[in-house]
This record gives sequence, structure tokens and C-alpha cells, in this order.
Amino acid sequence: MVPKTIQLGHGSGGVLTRELIRDVFLARFDNPALAPLLDSALVRTDSAEIAFTTDAYVVKPLVFPGGDIGKLAVCGTINDLAVMGARPLALSCALIIREGLEIELVERVAQSMQHAAAEAGVAIVTGDTKVVERASCDGLFVTTSGVGTVDPTNRPGGAIRDGDAVVVSGTLGDHGTAILVAREELKIVSPVVSDCAALNGLVEALRPHFGQIRIMRDPTRGGLASALNEFVEHSDVGLVLRELDLPVSPGVSAMCELLGLDPLYIANEGKLVLVCDAGAADQVVAAMRSHPLGAQAAAIGTAGSDYPGRVCLETSVGGLRVVDMLVTDQLPRIC
Amino acid sequence: MDILAEFRGRDAAQALARRIAEVSADRSLTFMEVCGTHTMAVHRFGLHTLLPEGVRLLSGPGCPVCVTPNSLIDAAIAYARRDDVTLMTFGDMVKVPGSSSSLAAEKSKGADIRVVYSATDAVEFAREHPDRTVVFFAIGFETTAPTCAAAVLDAAEAGLDNFLIVSACKVLPPALEALASGELRLDGFVCPGHVSVVTGFDIYRSVVEDHHIPCVITGFEPVDILKAILMLAQQAVAGEARIENEYSRVVRPEGNRIAQQVIAEVFGPVDSEWRGIGSIPESGLALRDGFRRYDVLSRLPVEIEPTREAPGCICGDVLRGVSTPLDCALFADACTPAHPVGACMVSSEGTCAAYYKYGRDRPDGA
Repeated sequence: MVPKTIQLGHGSGGVLTRELIRDVFLARFDNPALAPLLDSALVRTDSAEIAFTTDAYVVKPLVFPGGDIGKLAVCGTINDLAVMGARPLALSCALIIREGLEIELVERVAQSMQHAAAEAGVAIVTGDTKVVERASCDGLFVTTSGVGTVDPTNRPGGAIRDGDAVVVSGTLGDHGTAILVAREELKIVSPVVSDCAALNGLVEALRPHFGQIRIMRDPTRGGLASALNEFVEHSDVGLVLRELDLPVSPGVSAMCELLGLDPLYIANEGKLVLVCDAGAADQVVAAMRSHPLGAQAAAIGTAGSDYPGRVCLETSVGGLRVVDMLVTDQLPRIC
Repeated sequence: MDILAEFRGRDAAQALARRIAEVSADRSLTFMEVCGTHTMAVHRFGLHTLLPEGVRLLSGPGCPVCVTPNSLIDAAIAYARRDDVTLMTFGDMVKVPGSSSSLAAEKSKGADIRVVYSATDAVEFAREHPDRTVVFFAIGFETTAPTCAAAVLDAAEAGLDNFLIVSACKVLPPALEALASGELRLDGFVCPGHVSVVTGFDIYRSVVEDHHIPCVITGFEPVDILKAILMLAQQAVAGEARIENEYSRVVRPEGNRIAQQVIAEVFGPVDSEWRGIGSIPESGLALRDGFRRYDVLSRLPVEIEPTREAPGCICGDVLRGVSTPLDCALFADACTPAHPVGACMVSSEGTCAAYYKYGRDRPDGA
């Protein structure tokens, strides 16, 4: 049954989102900069290569453990630039605000945007605000765009090869779990806080290894599973992850057991996942661990030719199963 | 902290898998895991890949979302379309297609449909919103039925007039009986731990005594499931048929008497329609006379569309264990989790969803 109306699943970052982008937008906008559907588009001028990205934020609740919609909007856009190997240059922000929202809350959001931008060494150089009637929006929606510069002679990129290593910068599923707990309906108390953070500093630590890195991503909506599936979607190799090596915090693990969730599919907002040459894996992990945001970095899997185009998991008991892309999320509006 | 570690230990699991291979030797053994949560666990941990070739696991009808027939989904949709109704149910039920729509599609068109984690949340909502008619679409087996019954008792105690239910709860024994006497030649049942917590051992008595099929009650961790398979293989090879309890850390022979009493107080047995299986005598739970005022179907009659089954969908055969999803022409092609045709592709406990999510290219030999 193909839906004739937009469903919440179209916003989950999984299969339905991809169908929407492919069938409605890519079909009409198609151009070489957009077509790869990367976190940022690479646009060339006569003298430079520019990374350009945009992202809308509708997280609910607006303030959550570990951050708020402002911090999320700034960090998310910086991350989309950083994972392309770009140095963030400038950001824009546009806010759609519901009438009746407390000015104090808008100030708080603006303050965290400024704080996050300053910490990452980027300025918010332009913006826009619109105010809508009560029924048109249930609080505050934020859109940020960003540009960054790319050094064409040193940026990550290349086909994933047999034997390559999968490396992740830290624990999985913290953001999505924190949002779930922050919603009141579950009435669960949990120590989990969002990992929301700007990753450009961590990416700088990896710059010496860019030549050995095939692809980098910040696995947000759809979680690690969806990001890795996109890595190998059209590849002649697949990825096999080792469940025992996946970093997951006890708090997230407990919530997953309780609610039947899989941390591989839960959103992160301050994690990096990459595939690199097997020979460089130890150095990449060490470089990540040298940065506070990469302290729990780990090699979690290997590329191989057994299941081309697929992501599999060697389970804790030694079984093997497919790790598919997320289809629809049970947790709407996480970012 | 990590009490699960010992039930997910690699060494323990591998040792059990070797023992299963030794015990079953070259015999071909077919066991059915009745419960949808077992189906998911088997696939999530890739347990198929650990079992010897001759030992086969079939999935049974133990996913309450999957066995709920289109007619009841259509009824829930008809109520959800009313402006005065807030329809509440469990997550997966929202996505299951009925005859021509689904609750998710109605929600996107503006119907007030909400997902709850517990039936008592729906009572709470009704209490806080006296202007809304709250219709709770109650599904589930003996595991969930006590909470639905408790919700009705809560509503009665609070004197709520705006809390009503679609009673689609079912009980397992009549379905087990149908499977045991049906066309399958089963060598054992992997019995559901959660249902057994409530019912105790008695519901398996007829399966072992009248049909001579071994039953092992077990938990949901990989080591639990593998141990149950070993126990079933040992019984089958010895030609025995007994009720054994691998899940003794949770399940007592007599079950949970309080939960049994709550179910019996609120609900009575009624013939019930199972998707793919048809009507099974006394397999459903209907509100007893004293609680009939909470039955939305009699209190608030609505027009329900004629029931239509999706052409080509073999969910019914899958639920009876006579076909696997791989036998279905729609599987992974016209029917995917993003665009499901049948209920078994929707529910997170559904057999088709499990095959699709964890084994489409069959690295786990599913």
C-alpha cells in the first residue's frame, strides 16, 4: 500500500525518506552536485571548492537533556560540512516561531546557537524569522545552512575495498534515547543525555589520515545502520559488524532492552562513523581518541566481499544476520 | 549490572549448538516457536546460522498484531474517523493495513489516533479528557489481556463513561490445539515465556498428552532459546512428550493467579476470527455482561466497510506455519516494511518483517 499522503515515516530518515527525496525532489532538481545525496553538496568556483548544506530542525521537546533545538541546529549543520572534510566558514539560521512562545525560550535558543557556533569557531552571519498562528506550528522550527571550504587535494573519498575497517567515534544511540526519555509519556527516569556536539574539531584531528579514509558520516536519523547501508548500497563489497565491539552506554542499552529498540537504528548527533584502509585503522582510532569527543572510538567491523551491498552483524553469540536500513521510526521528531 | 551477559554468552551458545547437533544427529526435526518475540530473537541473534541443517524452526501465530483480522482493523478505522473519538492502541497496530486503509493513513488525514505503551494510559487519558470518547483497541494474548482487563476495572472504579474498548484479545490454548491437530508434523513447541508467566503449565497439557508433542517453555535470550531447542531435541529423539520449563527463573507451574482472576472477572470466552486460520471456538475474549457497557461495538454502532483481503497475500499460511515468507510472491517485492501488504510484514514481531529485516539475503539461512 503506497501512501497518498505524507506520513510521519517520511521524516524518519529511513526508506520512506529516501523514496520521497528520490521520487519528488531528485527527480526534478537533478544536478551533479545534488545527485550523490551527500551530507553537503560540493560546488566548484574558479578558484575553490565549497561545501554547502542545509537542514531543518523540528525536535520535540525543544529543550532536552544535553542540549536544545538551537545547539542541535548549529552542530548538525557544522557536522554535515565537517564529514565532507570541509572547514566550516559561515552559517545562516531561519526560525519559524509560533505566536505565544515565551521570548525567554527564544533567547535561550539563540544563546545556545551562539555558544555552539563560537565553540566551533564559526559565525552565524545571516538569518530570518517568521511568526505563525498558534495552529500552524507547535513551538519553534529552525533551519540552518552552512558553507565551508574544501581542500581538493586532501579530502576523504574513494571506493570501499575488501578488508577496509569501519570505525566509530563513540557510543551509539545517545541522542535518540535522550529525546525519548525527555518526552513525558514514558515516565521513565534515565541518566542518558544527548551526544549533540560539533564534530569539526574531531575531524581536524583526522585530517592527516584523510587520504586513507573512504567515507565519513555523522549517523543521525536512521542511526548507524542506515548510514552504513548507504555506504555500501552500490558497492561490490559489504560490511560485517561485530556486535561485541559496538560501543553502547549502559543507559542506552537498558532503554533498548526495556523498549525493544536497537541502538543501531537510534539517532546520534555527535558521532562520526567512517570506513578507512585496514592499515590506517589503528592510527585513525588513536587520532579520534586524542580528542575528547572520540575518547570511546573503536573499530567495529570490516568490509568484505561475502555479502556485497549489505551490512551484516556477527552477533554476540556468533550468529550472523542482516542489518537493514531503517524503514520507519517509532520516535518522531528527534531532530 | 549486565545480567544479560550470561544469557548472550558466545561460549555457552556455541556449546549448546554443538549439543543440539550431537543429540539430533542426522535426524530432521521441526520445531515451532509460537511467540512473535521468539521469532524476532531467533533472527536478531542469527540463531539459524548456529543450528545443524536438519533442525528447522517454524514461526507460529503468536504475534497479536498479525492475527488480528481485517474486520476488526476496519472497525477501529471506522471509530477513528469519528470526530468525537480518540483511538488508542499499541504501536505496530497503527501501521497494519485493513481492507482499504490503515490507522496510520487515517492519522495523517487528521484522525486522533494515539499510541500507548499500556492500556492504563488510555484510561488516564479518558479521565483527563472527559469531552473525548476514548476507544482503546485492545489486542494481545494472555500476556496483555490482564492489563486490558485491569484498565476496564480502573475505568469502572472511576465511573468513567467515555472509555470504551474494541475487545480483540485472544487466548493461546485453542490455537495450539488447532496447530497440534492440523496439517503440520511438528516435533515440538518452543512455548512462549511471557504467556506462560500468566497461564502456568496447564495450557500445554493437551498438546503433550493428546497429541504427544513435546513442549518447552523458554525465555527470550539466545541461550534460553538454544537450550529450549536442545531440550526439545532430547525429548523428540527419546520419543517423549513432556512439558519442561527452561524459564524457571520467571515462570511458575501455576502461573500468575491474580492475573488469571482479573482476566476471568472481566472477560469470557468467545469464538474468534484469526487471520489466516479462520474462526477458532472460544479463542477470543469478550467483555462479560457486567462490563458490556465498555464494549464500543455495542455501545456506539458504526458502519464498517465490507472486509477485503489483499490479493496474493499469504500471511494466513505463514501464520499457520505451512509456508514461509520466502514462498510468497509479494515478499520483499510488492510487500516491504515501507509498503506492507500483509500484517506479518508490519508488526515488529511479524514473521515476514523478521525475515525481511534480518535475513533477506539469507546469511542466516532463514
